[in-house]
Amino acid sequence: MSRLIEEKGKESESGGFIILFFILGLAASLVLGWGVFPKLLYSQKKQPIDFNHVLHVEAVEEGCESCHFFREDGSFSGLPKLAQCVDCHEEIQGEDPNEVKFVEEFVANEREVPWLVYAEQPDCVFFSHAAHVKMGKMECVLCHGHIGESSHSRVYEENRVTGYSRDIWGKNISGLKKNTWDRMKMDDCAECHAKNKIGYDKTSMETLPWPLNWALLPYEKQIGPKARVQAKKDACFVCHK
Amino acid sequence: MKIGRRSFLSFIIGGAAGTALSPLAWKSMDDSSIWSQNWPWTPVPADGEVSHVNSVCTLCPGGCGITVRKVDDRAVKIEGMKGHPVNDGGVCILGLSALQLLYGPTRVKAPLKRVGERGEEKWQEISWSEAVAEVAAKLGDLRSKGKSHTVCSILDSDKGTVPYLFGRLLTVYGSPNFIRTPSIQDSYELAINLMHGVQASAGFDVEHADFVLSFGSGLIDGWGSPVRMFKANSNWKDSGSKVVQIEPRLSNTAAKSDKWIPINPGTEVALAMGLAHVIIKESLYDSDFVNNYSSGFDKFKQLVLDKYNPDNVAQITGVDSSALVSLARNFAHASKPLAVCGRGQGKTQGSLDEFIAVHALNALVGNINSEGGVWAVPDPDYIKWPEVEMDSVAAVGMQKERIDGAGSETYPYARYLLNRFSGVVNSEEESPVNALFVAGANPLYTISDSKAVKEAFSKIPFVVSFSSYMDETAKNADLILPNHVFLERYEDVPMPVGLQKHVIGLSRPVVKPQFNTKHVGDVIILIAKALGGRIADAFPWDNYEACLEETLGDKWESIVENGFWSDPDFKVPASEEAFNTPSGKFEFIPANLKSPLDFSPVTIEGSDISYPLILVPYDSMRLANGFIGNPPFITKTVEDTVLKGKDVFVEINPKTAEEIGLIEGRYVDIRTPRGKAKVRVHLFDGIMPGIVALPRGLGHTAYDKYIAGKGINFNELIGPVEDPVSGFDAAWGIRARLTKV
Repeated sequence: MSRLIEEKGKESESGGFIILFFILGLAASLVLGWGVFPKLLYSQKKQPIDFNHVLHVEAVEEGCESCHFFREDGSFSGLPKLAQCVDCHEEIQGEDPNEVKFVEEFVANEREVPWLVYAEQPDCVFFSHAAHVKMGKMECVLCHGHIGESSHSRVYEENRVTGYSRDIWGKNISGLKKNTWDRMKMDDCAECHAKNKIGYDKTSMETLPWPLNWALLPYEKQIGPKARVQAKKDACFVCHK
Repeated sequence: MKIGRRSFLSFIIGGAAGTALSPLAWKSMDDSSIWSQNWPWTPVPADGEVSHVNSVCTLCPGGCGITVRKVDDRAVKIEGMKGHPVNDGGVCILGLSALQLLYGPTRVKAPLKRVGERGEEKWQEISWSEAVAEVAAKLGDLRSKGKSHTVCSILDSDKGTVPYLFGRLLTVYGSPNFIRTPSIQDSYELAINLMHGVQASAGFDVEHADFVLSFGSGLIDGWGSPVRMFKANSNWKDSGSKVVQIEPRLSNTAAKSDKWIPINPGTEVALAMGLAHVIIKESLYDSDFVNNYSSGFDKFKQLVLDKYNPDNVAQITGVDSSALVSLARNFAHASKPLAVCGRGQGKTQGSLDEFIAVHALNALVGNINSEGGVWAVPDPDYIKWPEVEMDSVAAVGMQKERIDGAGSETYPYARYLLNRFSGVVNSEEESPVNALFVAGANPLYTISDSKAVKEAFSKIPFVVSFSSYMDETAKNADLILPNHVFLERYEDVPMPVGLQKHVIGLSRPVVKPQFNTKHVGDVIILIAKALGGRIADAFPWDNYEACLEETLGDKWESIVENGFWSDPDFKVPASEEAFNTPSGKFEFIPANLKSPLDFSPVTIEGSDISYPLILVPYDSMRLANGFIGNPPFITKTVEDTVLKGKDVFVEINPKTAEEIGLIEGRYVDIRTPRGKAKVRVHLFDGIMPGIVALPRGLGHTAYDKYIAGKGINFNELIGPVEDPVSGFDAAWGIRARLTKV
């Protein structure tokens, strides 16, 4: 009898062990997945020059567009080239070590600054700033956040696998976002295009240079809540050149 | 505490559950898919400022406008220029691949002087001033010995400022030997010259024609200006216009035509005369044109009625007589019929009889200089340089007969006869050519009977190539003075081939020169200046760009802005004033011809006993066969039944193959009176029995390892057959024999 009780006790003990180990495994993998993995996945890089947007926005006349402008042919200049900086920075101004480094290392040697681009997309992605900013009248903040209000360049986190910035997937490793500028994946483009039915009604069709159709055709059924790209002719090639 | 198997499994399950609840799995999946699309060896253009430059492609005589996309200083994509009068946004596969010719390894990177044996490829880099001095010294030496007339230039064109600079240098130096590479341009120019009495190129209003009768012209295989022809072909399909293709092989053009008429090769001239017979006999011709604006019609009528009745023609051509009659009726009844000739891409001249016969067909239906017809388009006369003042040496040299015999008593009609060049040089103990300049041409590859051409070149003591690439001719030269490629240089490109409008395109630097090359125009000016005297006086410009800008004058600004200049007022004169023949009318039988034409098919080389088969070449858009080597991008598109590995396939009808006992893929030796090669067999129902075909554009022995060594060069198997009247190369094929190996 006592042997039986003993054995039962042993069995329940081992049942507890089993649960304990389950919880241990669960906890360990959760810590790994949510805590360790993101740290391992991204390397931390510093911009070559710590750039102060606040200071510059105050100094220039036309806000963001003073440096991030559209070229004559409508293409977007993105990052300013050294040529634009030199207008003001031919000589060292002030005593900021970043300013000294910029002028001595780059301006003096006529070397472009190898900026790390937070919003860099793969080569296969075709994106027209003109279509969004000029025609769609979108604010820069909508996709790029309040970068213009930063006084220091934040750390650039590079995905060790893909080589792209963490900003594309988003700071939140789960992929969830609060603001429109938190992520820059294809779904995020689609979300906005679907919400605004861009390419659906006639007026916006005319404002956009491509026949993008995000709405259902009359004979189609809505399957899920998410918008999807219609498999119309050329649909993929609108954005994926 | 002992950790048992169950606890371990539980740990694993817990771990799996936790992993599923963490972003690790799907984030890794997403990342690895992005990673797998970004292999480090996949070429991705660097980021940078995107810009576009409008220019003109000069890889063929088509003269298409191109728009080159650049990222910062690098050209990354070539597209057709929208709104260009030739190609309106279209581009061909060669134009698309041209960046490989700019950035590829086949470029000559600096002036080179031969130090080893000819063709041994031992070179020494020299400076441009040394190179110019060396050429000038050689030319000065020849001139002082009274041998100025033994200097010769071979170019791909005689239109535009660069050929004019060459011509000018030769003239003022004292040599009549400017030679243009052969093509159907020669034959069309001569046919128009004899029948219209004017010096003009043939323009074809293909956009408005509603019945196109093609005597073997590869309308969508690269004949004329290729992209324009593709577009015209699409229009014909949309508008219901008919295309009838006459040739012994089912080419792409034949396959896409409304009717393909296989014909005994080389007998097209008889078919044209047979069609004329039906049209005249049934009075289907344009009587207004024939009665009022033509001469010699009665003689021509007599000839076709006597000799070319449908039954006779059927026997010669193998085309059924009833098919011939209905074709003639359909052609004559069409509202805008157009007959064209020049086989394949028109790279060989062809027989004069054929061009005269086909042009006569056009005249019979009254489509000369009219909408949808053939136009005689004179060169635009924008190059108005002052006449050169020749010194006595030049005057004497210019009086000497040309080396190729063009314009002589034997060949009074031809302007250039490069096909005779190697024969003349080889027939003499000492080469009659002492210095040869080659620019924009690769005669060692493109001229038939390559072996003889090579022998002739080896006899010439001084050969200078201006090629941008290490092509066959450059490889066997003494000096290479590399020109910029067309994406690095300015050049006017007048008269896109076959266009019935006046258009001058402007090739312009898209990127800065990648290597230590120099514009050929600049080099000519420098050589002239180094020679001094009257020669230097004839070249008052500081450099080529200044010369070009001055030449184009008030057109310069608009040509720079638009990429081309087009004459909105260009018209050909009405039929009353269009002809400058002795009769003042269109001449069916040209009165200026001393000997009468007999309109008989050209006999090709070889006896039918030792060579039972007939070998013909074929052209393809996927194989550049001019002076440009086929870039690797295009070679990749060539089918496995044309080129597999390094083997080229000879097309043969299954019936003929069975008779010889050949099966698909079998290796055979092909022998012709001019050469032999090892090829593989491809059975093809689209080729007439007894005929075999090989593609042109393969078998390079120079350039780089990506272009050379693939297949065989057709020109090694064929030799020229001289047209008795014009002296042109009239060969359309050669007899051949296949033997198993």
